[in-house]
Amino acid sequence: MKEMYTITAFSENHIGLLNRITIIFTRRHINIESLTVSSSEMKGVHRFTIVIEEEEALVKKVVKQISKLPEVLRAAYYQNDEIVYREIALYKISIESAIEKNLEHLLREYNARMVDIQKDFVIIEKTGHVEDTEKLYDILRHFGILQFVRSGRISISKQKKELSSYLSELPINEYVKA
Amino acid sequence: MKKITGAEAILRSLKEEGVDTIFGYPGGAIMPIYDKMHKEDCSIKHILVRHEQGAAHAAQAYAQVTGKPGICFATSGPGATNLLTGITNANLDSIPTVFITAQVPSHLLGSDAFQETDMVSLSMPVTKWNYQVTKAEEIPEAIAKAFHFATTGRPGPVLLDITKDAQLNTLDYRYKKIKSIRSYNPVPKLKEDDLNEAVKMIKESRKPMLLAGHGILLSHGEKELLAFMEKTHIPTAVTLLGKSAIPEDNPWYVGMLGMHGNYAPNILTNEADLIIAAGMRFDDRVTGDLKRYAVKAKIIHVDIDEAELNKNVQADLPVNADIREFFKAITPRLNYKAGGEWLDEFEKLYKTEYEKVIQPECYPENGKIRSGEAIKMLSDKTKGEAIVVTDVGQNQMFAARYYDFKNPNSLITSGGLGTMGFGLPAAMGAQVGAPDKTVVLFAGDGGFQMTFQELGTIFQYNLPVKMMVLNNNFLGMVRQWQDLFMDKRYAETNMPTPDFPKLAGAFGIESHVVTSRENLETAIEDMLNSEGPYLLEVKIEKEANVFPMIYPGSAVDEIVLE
Repeated sequence: MKEMYTITAFSENHIGLLNRITIIFTRRHINIESLTVSSSEMKGVHRFTIVIEEEEALVKKVVKQISKLPEVLRAAYYQNDEIVYREIALYKISIESAIEKNLEHLLREYNARMVDIQKDFVIIEKTGHVEDTEKLYDILRHFGILQFVRSGRISISKQKKELSSYLSELPINEYVKA
Repeated sequence: MKKITGAEAILRSLKEEGVDTIFGYPGGAIMPIYDKMHKEDCSIKHILVRHEQGAAHAAQAYAQVTGKPGICFATSGPGATNLLTGITNANLDSIPTVFITAQVPSHLLGSDAFQETDMVSLSMPVTKWNYQVTKAEEIPEAIAKAFHFATTGRPGPVLLDITKDAQLNTLDYRYKKIKSIRSYNPVPKLKEDDLNEAVKMIKESRKPMLLAGHGILLSHGEKELLAFMEKTHIPTAVTLLGKSAIPEDNPWYVGMLGMHGNYAPNILTNEADLIIAAGMRFDDRVTGDLKRYAVKAKIIHVDIDEAELNKNVQADLPVNADIREFFKAITPRLNYKAGGEWLDEFEKLYKTEYEKVIQPECYPENGKIRSGEAIKMLSDKTKGEAIVVTDVGQNQMFAARYYDFKNPNSLITSGGLGTMGFGLPAAMGAQVGAPDKTVVLFAGDGGFQMTFQELGTIFQYNLPVKMMVLNNNFLGMVRQWQDLFMDKRYAETNMPTPDFPKLAGAFGIESHVVTSRENLETAIEDMLNSEGPYLLEVKIEKEANVFPMIYPGSAVDEIVLE
């Protein structure tokens, strides 16, 4: 059965690694639902968060193929109930409709906030799961959304010793000159 | 410290890694390296090929016969892209190779400059690792990493793309080999629990079978494998790339697996109650229909590459370890011998295969010459001691089936990729790597025509390769499938061939053509007795098929003899 899985990988910060990782998905014709890459808490180490909808047996194979890349430090996969995950959405609304309707009430109700106010528009920010940001989108649609953007997923596992905890134990990779 | 140029640093770094031979082809962007190589004090031998694909195949074969990584040089753009088939071939067959391609100056990157190709992106899916060097000072570390990745763990091709300015600029040169990299764990530790479990599973088995793959040769574990077989008497089959890991007269050797493998090991895969898969990856050409593969067996799968475990076949005991270490550790712990009746079952099926297939193929009395008889005769005349290189197709299957391999790494063939045109350049590389050995090429007329420009290289370096071209004026394997599955509609598989002896003659290469059985033996002897390169064209039966065969989609035990 296909389910949502979140894959986390740590890698060296080298040019081209993103490409190497995505090739593993594309060659198996797997669609990436969301992909977030950023530096981790450790200098020079990048963190990939990749969401796919697939069967677990296939996810396992893919994770092994990611781990196998010589510049990937670690990779693992999780189901939604094993992680805390979030994404962020930004909504741009015209100032007229924001004033006209009771926006303040709405923001409180949906635990969203206004992050910028300009002469012509306001920008609203909401973090949560896809369903949450989508729900707010549906409501704000009636205000007339000028622009909307959603980030990829970021996640942290609920295990006590998370994958990243081993980063602190990593030796420094140095090409020691003779 | 004296500054040297990037080009010099490349050559010095290669020497530090023990490189003495490079296959390559010059061009604009790589000229600084060739210029430094031209200087008298450079001790590296360069083999000038006639096409970069040839360099790649030659380097891979060189690696296989020498046990050292194969090295290739090519210029940017078309020089580099011409390598891709060879890189892919080395990738699928896990051959340690280092490809160095030149690139346009770094300030032109991304601008569609003359002969610019994004070689790092192009080679990404088919290399174990690759890297673009844009600064001279990066060169020593990049080369050290390249050799470390190419040769350790599951080996494979790596590529360094080096811009022209990085070759020309200077650096403070210091070299240090790499011993470990934190993100890379090439040799997994063999676990005590896995060993104990494997011992238990072997002891409980009554019909065990061992499947030996390329990993045996790559880990240099032939002796450990033979010791294991000697102690346990477990019938052992090989994959195509595992061929030559076991001398074929070994009493527990039961033949080759797969689509055109031997009858007994394919059928009995579905009778075995335990399968020990050793350094092999359950390729679809080995397993046939996966749903009906190894139906009665528990499976122990040992591989150095964890991504191979449970990839195609679900193992009851996946063991992530070096196969040599595994055999070394498990053999002393085992006090077990497989029963003789089980081995007898293989023997019985072999007899059937011998009568129905092998005997008529290798010792026919009438009709045209058959590939099997030519190969068997060559096997006898060389006493199984030659290095055999094949092209792809029927010639390859016949060579694997009928040459009696004695020494490790004496079969050089394109397994995973099935690259037609592999044979001639690979034979050339094998001969460069093993100058004192008899290197024999078996090629069909189709594959030979794909890369026969390398006759120029063979001529230039007087490489005494013995080339046997098995000519049926057909793309034989495709024709066989058209015969079996497409009602003999021979779409584009029938081709006229050039006058091969004349072609060889144009390169100053000795040659002969043989058309009849009574002249075959003398023709082969003449070829083997010749001093230099020699091309023997053998006109073979036009529509001969390779059997046995597991039809596509069939199970291993549905293998047919005719």
